[in-house]
Amino acid sequence: MSAVTPPLPRWADVFLLPIINLSIALIICGVIIFAIGENPWTALIVMLKGAFVFPGSLGYTLYYTTNFIFTGLAVAVAFHAMMFNIGGEGQAYVGGLGAGLVAVFLAPSLPLLIALPLAIMMAALFGAFWGLVPGYLQAKRGSHIVITTIMFNFIAASLMVWLLSGPLMAPGQMSSQTVRIAESAEMAKIASLLGYVGFKVASSPLNLSFVLAIIALFVFWVLIWKTKLGYEIRAVGQNPEAAHYAGINVSRIIIITLAISGGIAGLMSVNEILGVQHKVILNFTAGFGFTGIAVSLMGRNHPIGIFLASLLFGALYQGGAELDFEFRTITREVVLLIQGLIILFCGALVHMLNPPMARLLARLIKPKELDHV
Amino acid sequence: MKSLVKFFAAATAMAVATVAQAADFKPAVIYDMGGKFDKSFNEGVYNGIKRFTDETGVEVMEFEVTNETQREQAMQRMVQRGATVVLGVGFAQADAISKVASENPDKLFSIIDVNWLDHPNLRQYAFKEHEGSYLVGIAAAMASKTGTVGFVGGMDIPLIRAFACGYVQGAKSANADVNVIQNMTGTTPSAWNDPAKGGELTRAQIDRGADVVYQAAGGTGVGVISAAADAGKMSIGVDSNQNHMAPGSVLTSMLKRVDVAAYQTMKDAMSGDFETGVRNLGLAEEGVGWALDEHNAALITDEMKAAMDAASAAIVAGEVSVHDYRSDNNCPM
Repeated sequence: MSAVTPPLPRWADVFLLPIINLSIALIICGVIIFAIGENPWTALIVMLKGAFVFPGSLGYTLYYTTNFIFTGLAVAVAFHAMMFNIGGEGQAYVGGLGAGLVAVFLAPSLPLLIALPLAIMMAALFGAFWGLVPGYLQAKRGSHIVITTIMFNFIAASLMVWLLSGPLMAPGQMSSQTVRIAESAEMAKIASLLGYVGFKVASSPLNLSFVLAIIALFVFWVLIWKTKLGYEIRAVGQNPEAAHYAGINVSRIIIITLAISGGIAGLMSVNEILGVQHKVILNFTAGFGFTGIAVSLMGRNHPIGIFLASLLFGALYQGGAELDFEFRTITREVVLLIQGLIILFCGALVHMLNPPMARLLARLIKPKELDHV
Repeated sequence: MKSLVKFFAAATAMAVATVAQAADFKPAVIYDMGGKFDKSFNEGVYNGIKRFTDETGVEVMEFEVTNETQREQAMQRMVQRGATVVLGVGFAQADAISKVASENPDKLFSIIDVNWLDHPNLRQYAFKEHEGSYLVGIAAAMASKTGTVGFVGGMDIPLIRAFACGYVQGAKSANADVNVIQNMTGTTPSAWNDPAKGGELTRAQIDRGADVVYQAAGGTGVGVISAAADAGKMSIGVDSNQNHMAPGSVLTSMLKRVDVAAYQTMKDAMSGDFETGVRNLGLAEEGVGWALDEHNAALITDEMKAAMDAASAAIVAGEVSVHDYRSDNNCPM
């Protein structure tokens, strides 16, 4: 056993490793499905069809994908500054409050061109604030970001429960939710937009937030790799001491990064509140904020990776629900188990196969490289 | 002769139509977040569905939602898969079923614990919880030795106040001097699942003299039942039969027969005799009631049983009317 592990080639890290991890997860899932008496191959086909082929299913998959892109990007931007933002859930939740307040109270008297951008902006601003406070506490008071962002998830949950069961609760019914938002603050459904131009597609929750998410992916790339701020963020992440000596205000960058991170997470609520639910409801974040961590890890904090990982998770969510529909024996708990296994292998154990893989590849590739020398 | 042929043709056509209808009958149920084995509301529905399947042999398609968006998605998928009747469980599914029902006017829908929607193809079930609570209020007042009984509610919403109000009316009808102590666990949904606080409230009520405590608090009620049992006092269960949870200490349980609603929905949809609109299930419809089994037989005296049966008969006959808190957001007691 050599003590030094050779570095893994980049193509293997970006493509080969995720595929191998995914395959291992799928094989274990197959064993479990076989154990409960179903055919794993049929189940896989149902899952794929349920995610991409059945009418409307692609729309559902991309709707989930939209959520994951936002929460994944939120984690990734903080990760470039080596900050572990676990608070995406709370930031998205509070972002929904910002969007909801505008959409419920201001939007009825505003035209779409003002109401919608304002609601989106408030979603980002509220989310940003929920990220900024832990960022400030980390930068100026040394409170560990992991602890504070987790705590802020709880504070957000309590705040929203109180607001939605009290001051903001819609009258005349029993659920803890606001009244319906004004139409001028709704994100248009893609299915109805396509309907206008003559394409008839099955209705699904997919809305223009998906386009917003794609724009966010591009802006993220520009921000991190093409701007001074992005350079500073990465510099702080690589080595805060060196960044400090280079004249970068480290605490300022940490605060800004967390605010950006929270703002992107807050945009997830645009998809949920303005695009789909059309009212602020309890727990609309439904764990998407936490799954964003796995998305970011699997996507290697790169926009393209995050998009692909989001698509995978979106397909898992939608295809998983379809499994539940199709098989009596596959309950929602089994679906959760399958999703959990894939997150475990692609997210948590993402580096498990890195060293053996690197050694194997080094052995296979070395002779060729020697030729060049 | 011609008319006879016509008659046979018509009869055959009808028979074919009936068979086709039976073959086309595909029921579906959408359980909510709690899941179908939640020991309470969803499980009640599951029991009704199970009874239907056992009796008719018709399998019911089912789905348990795991997030908000899936409620509507599940209903739509059921319709796409050929469901002819879809049952929604609980008021949280009201918005989803309202949308899907209006988009699919040729399908039948039914929902439990909702009465504020209006679609020509939707049946809504509401329960007269105040009537059932009235009966257990009588039992509580008669079983109490101290003349003080308690009520622990879950989240402070009109529905739970209706439980409390019916309970007070029943208790006062049996003993005009009875003192009823009321507490709500909280004002947020977490009040449905806080057994520790439920236990605290129960102990506080017992300290103030209560010796029978009725709870309508979801998971919080478990704390009420165990606190009363620990203190050697009595409690009253809710929704499903909870007499078994602390045998000898649970005086009785106020039953809310969501299983009846589920069974009725499927049965009526199958027979083709599916009336829509709001169905209020009270004592007369056997939608609410009280539980008597081997766990509480020793606690319910003959006088109590006679008093409750008499009150029940009077309510069914319309001689006694129990005020519903929800009708004017006010309790006269």
